[in-house]
Amino acid sequence: MAIGITSAHGGALAFKPGYADNAADALRDLRPGSETTDFELEHHHDAAGTAQLGFWVYLMSDCLLFAGLFATYSVLHARTAGGPAPQGLFNLPYVLTETAFLLVSSFTCGLATLAMGRRSRGATLGWLAVTFLLGLTFVGMEVHEFAHMVADGAGPDRSAFLSSFFTLVATHGLHVTCGLIWMGIMMVLVVKKGFTPSTESRLACLSLFWHFLDIIWVGVFSLVYLFGVS
Amino acid sequence: MLGKLTLAAVPYQNPIIFGAIAFMVLVAVAVVGTITVLGKWKYLWTEWLTSVDHKKIGAMYIILAGVMLLRGFADAVMMRAQQALAYGSHQGYLPPEHFDQVFSAHGTIMIFFMAMPFMIGLMNCVLPLQIGARDVAFPFLNSLSLWLTVVGAMLVNLSLAVGNFARTGWLAYPPLSELHFSPGVGVDYYIWALQISGIGTTLTGVNFIATILRMRAPGMTLMRMPVFTWAALCTNILIVAAFPVLTVSLALLTLDRYLGMHFFTNSLGGDPMMYINLIWIWGHPEVYILILPAFGIFSEIIATFSGKRLFGYTSMVFATMAIALLSFLVWLHHFFTMGSGADVNAFFGITTMVIAVPTGVKIFNWLFTMYRGRVRFDTPVLWTIGFMITFVIGGMSGVLMAVPPADFVLHNSLFLVAHFHNVIIGGVVFGAMAGLTYWFPKVFGFRLHEPLGKAAFWCWLVGFYVAFMPLYVLGLMGATRRMDHYDNPAWQPLFIVAAVGAAIIFCGIMLQLAQVVVSIAQRERARDLSGDPWSGRTLEWATSSPPPAYNFARIPVVRDRDAFWDMKQRGVDMKATVYRPIHMPRNTGTGFVMALLLGFTGFAMIWHIWWLAIAGFAAAMVALVRHAFDDDRDYYVEAEEVRRTEIHRGRAQLRSV
Amino acid sequence: MKLEDTAIQAQGCARPPQVAESRAKTTLFARDGAEPGRSPDPARLTRLLPLPAALLLSGCQWALLDPKGPVGLQERSIIITSTVLMLLVVVPVIALILFFAWRYRASNEKADYQPDWAHSNRIEAVVWLIPCVIVAALGVIAWRSSHALDPYRPLASNVKPIRIDAVALDWKWLFIYPDQKVATVNQVAFPANVPVEFHITSATVMNAFFIPQLGSQIYAMAGMQTQLHLLATEPGTYQGLSSNYSGDGFSGMTFKALALPQQGFDGWLAKVRASQQTLDMNAYEQLAKASEDNPVAYYSRVQPNLFGDIVAGGRADMSAMRSK
Repeated sequence: MAIGITSAHGGALAFKPGYADNAADALRDLRPGSETTDFELEHHHDAAGTAQLGFWVYLMSDCLLFAGLFATYSVLHARTAGGPAPQGLFNLPYVLTETAFLLVSSFTCGLATLAMGRRSRGATLGWLAVTFLLGLTFVGMEVHEFAHMVADGAGPDRSAFLSSFFTLVATHGLHVTCGLIWMGIMMVLVVKKGFTPSTESRLACLSLFWHFLDIIWVGVFSLVYLFGVS
Repeated sequence: MLGKLTLAAVPYQNPIIFGAIAFMVLVAVAVVGTITVLGKWKYLWTEWLTSVDHKKIGAMYIILAGVMLLRGFADAVMMRAQQALAYGSHQGYLPPEHFDQVFSAHGTIMIFFMAMPFMIGLMNCVLPLQIGARDVAFPFLNSLSLWLTVVGAMLVNLSLAVGNFARTGWLAYPPLSELHFSPGVGVDYYIWALQISGIGTTLTGVNFIATILRMRAPGMTLMRMPVFTWAALCTNILIVAAFPVLTVSLALLTLDRYLGMHFFTNSLGGDPMMYINLIWIWGHPEVYILILPAFGIFSEIIATFSGKRLFGYTSMVFATMAIALLSFLVWLHHFFTMGSGADVNAFFGITTMVIAVPTGVKIFNWLFTMYRGRVRFDTPVLWTIGFMITFVIGGMSGVLMAVPPADFVLHNSLFLVAHFHNVIIGGVVFGAMAGLTYWFPKVFGFRLHEPLGKAAFWCWLVGFYVAFMPLYVLGLMGATRRMDHYDNPAWQPLFIVAAVGAAIIFCGIMLQLAQVVVSIAQRERARDLSGDPWSGRTLEWATSSPPPAYNFARIPVVRDRDAFWDMKQRGVDMKATVYRPIHMPRNTGTGFVMALLLGFTGFAMIWHIWWLAIAGFAAAMVALVRHAFDDDRDYYVEAEEVRRTEIHRGRAQLRSV
Repeated sequence: MKLEDTAIQAQGCARPPQVAESRAKTTLFARDGAEPGRSPDPARLTRLLPLPAALLLSGCQWALLDPKGPVGLQERSIIITSTVLMLLVVVPVIALILFFAWRYRASNEKADYQPDWAHSNRIEAVVWLIPCVIVAALGVIAWRSSHALDPYRPLASNVKPIRIDAVALDWKWLFIYPDQKVATVNQVAFPANVPVEFHITSATVMNAFFIPQLGSQIYAMAGMQTQLHLLATEPGTYQGLSSNYSGDGFSGMTFKALALPQQGFDGWLAKVRASQQTLDMNAYEQLAKASEDNPVAYYSRVQPNLFGDIVAGGRADMSAMRSK
């Protein structure tokens, strides 16, 4: 959603408090009644901060989306309708490997953000590429797991448990895939335009997104896989 | 190649439907023809379809709401007519297959494509002006949200002509809405129309939260915001929190229907009760999303037209936040009769009643705003007083049904139907009409014709009572909802009275249409030259009517609540003397194009035209990415041009600095 | 003379003549596309002339306010009590709205005008307190009555309840008497003053079982059974229906609930047992096919545990039930 913002001057990436409150303080000492205190002196427009607040709010809505899917899984996870159950389906070492790829990719994403802070184009692109590959591996492993399950007759149409499993995990996977596409676009943007305020702001949002998906995955791994096989 | 779509999908044998289609086509042809004859296509594209200006987007939302009000009301008239005729061996004129689509479409249209766009449109028009901002936080997303909503509405209208609509009621409960029991395209039209417009609504929520939190004028702390702004903030938080749950509910139903999954089927472990819980976890906050802006509108109006500060600002703010929070804790009262057990039922019944407390506080606060004020009875105030009385009655019937055993005999009856129309018409619709008449001069620059407005109000008020009081009685007589015929002839007189009520409301709507036409014709006489026709209290009245694209030549500094009133009291000279360049977003067609492509995608998904669905979605994403690469998305209005605009609007000091 | 007519005469209030139930249409679930429209009959338009107001106001017609059983009676008293409690606030509030609007109208120069008066702790305390008190009272009512009137709770009685199983089909009601081993369609009978224990399920989509004049409704859902306890204190014929929309034939999904004196019930049972039809699984599957406005039917014998099988079958794939 960060790609919807207009460009702006002022490239601070940190999340600033509302300008209005700052201005109220700043004006407290001025003489009342003078014209300069009745209208705004200068127009500071921290578009990057606004974009990030907007993106956070979107992430909260996404969080609720996943909450709905988690709730559905919780209610339906025991409804195996005589079909395959978690114990027989989930390969924990495999999923642990998958998880490792994703968690490491979150770390490398952080390294990319640091490189961006140093304005180092090469390092940023490098770490983004590594993140991309790790994320791609995660998705690939997940697709492989799904294909295996479907081939074994444990597809999403077999039971309510499997429907809710596939939907929860695949929704996360789809989010990761969208993140990968976004990452590719951002890498092109960095190459073509360098570190403009807009690019930096968008990369910040992307990294927020990527870390968020990491946290969601921790939830999935715990609730679905760990609880499932215990 | 065309999936399930064939010529047989067009119901050309059914005279009623075909008449409706013909009417829609005629209207479309008339509109297209008029634009062509007047040579206004380029103007339409550059000034409206590609606009990212919140005022124009708001106006277009309200126009959509008006059009869909007519469509939804036509459904209502059809239902009233059928039920007035169809008792005993009389079958009426609507076969059940058609009647069932009519009541499903009526609810879906009125909630999603009339009430929501109306409120979002009013928030769009007014909010940035009220907080002293130049636009919303994300103007492009605003445009996208609008067009996604329009596309959703168009899909619902299209279902009339190609295929049919859902026959499940407006919430499409499974198992009835599952593929097994609804094998046609109706439920799919419902799903895709709501999913597409739902994305738009969620984006609006994000947009307005960011706008309110980040873009207020200097000095406008949270507790100096207008009450309508507070209401909008709480509403948009509700939107962001609730709409994802709707997205999930519809998505799971879609997966059941398209990929044979088993979330809500009767077999292989599915649980329809899960859908009911999920959809109402969204559904109850949804009705508060509709009513909170209305409460905000009434607060503004009653203070302005009483010439007095709103009573109890702080408790109003806390009451609004309490209502928003509590709205997530009551959802089960929509299905007390599903058998959840006494403890669960009683808990939710009590939480439902608790929500009546902050609502009651608001009524008292409005009451004491009038107290020792000087109340002017312009049309917005008529709507407000009509609302106060009507909503209190509707709230009463709601709290009554919040007692679970009372609900055991009233659930799904016409008493329930009367209750929710009582609060939605008396609350949301009256609020929308009040807001429309109040802010129309600001957005369009001239006042609406008062006598016609008052006449329309009285028709709506009287018509509402005549149409819905009989339904309360019918509910107590044991009549249930959604019947296309019934056996008890004692009920027929009441249905006839209800139909008469609908006819009176129809007169009200006609008067409103006449009001718009007459007002446009007489606009020079009713020009608002001062920008402040009502002696307003909030910042939107501090600029000209209509405002320039940039809203304010200079953003005022806020020192108190009722910022504009405070400025007037202090004698602040509104006229600008110093001009600076103003940073504005450029228009873009990306929102319109993306929504159109997603509309094709939705249509393709409905009819299983897979290649078109993939192509449409891919094209929409390409448009989005192209927009992301576009750097030319803003511009500066030069100071000289600002000066000229302000002089033209009579708002500049003519002596130079 | 039919038994229902006897029952009608036994009732205290006049009921309108029952519409003939002989039109059974076996219409199948409609396909997409056109359905021939019905044109309005001009002669029928004369029906728009309003009937006398006496019919409107006749108390007998207000089923919820004229209940014939303890459940309905308690629910009615809750409705009335709650309404009165709320009117205590609502009536003065509406009066105040009209009074203030009139008294403080702009043209009334005599009234006080205090444009900046916007706060009063006393008023705030009162306007928060009054709704809280009312809500607290209603909350207590809600808690107590939810438990007392829980549909699953057996009714206090020293008479042994009669058990009746109800199955919602498309679009009719099947009643199975597991102890008497008979079944009926669109008509249920039980002795007056004997508690009835309904077990309810659906063989199709969600419905709701409701006899307005006796009390509570409850949803009928496939693969599950819900319970409802009712009792009729007066013999009579009571309207029954489904109150949850379930498709095109929904409006015709009504039934009659006959509360009969014990002898009358025995007579009714004998009549049912005299029927030639029996209900085994095959007959049930025929019955379960989509049909509207079914006439009353009696089955003299029922396959044992049919209801249990129907509930269990509700979890299975039901491709035979509605034709596509």
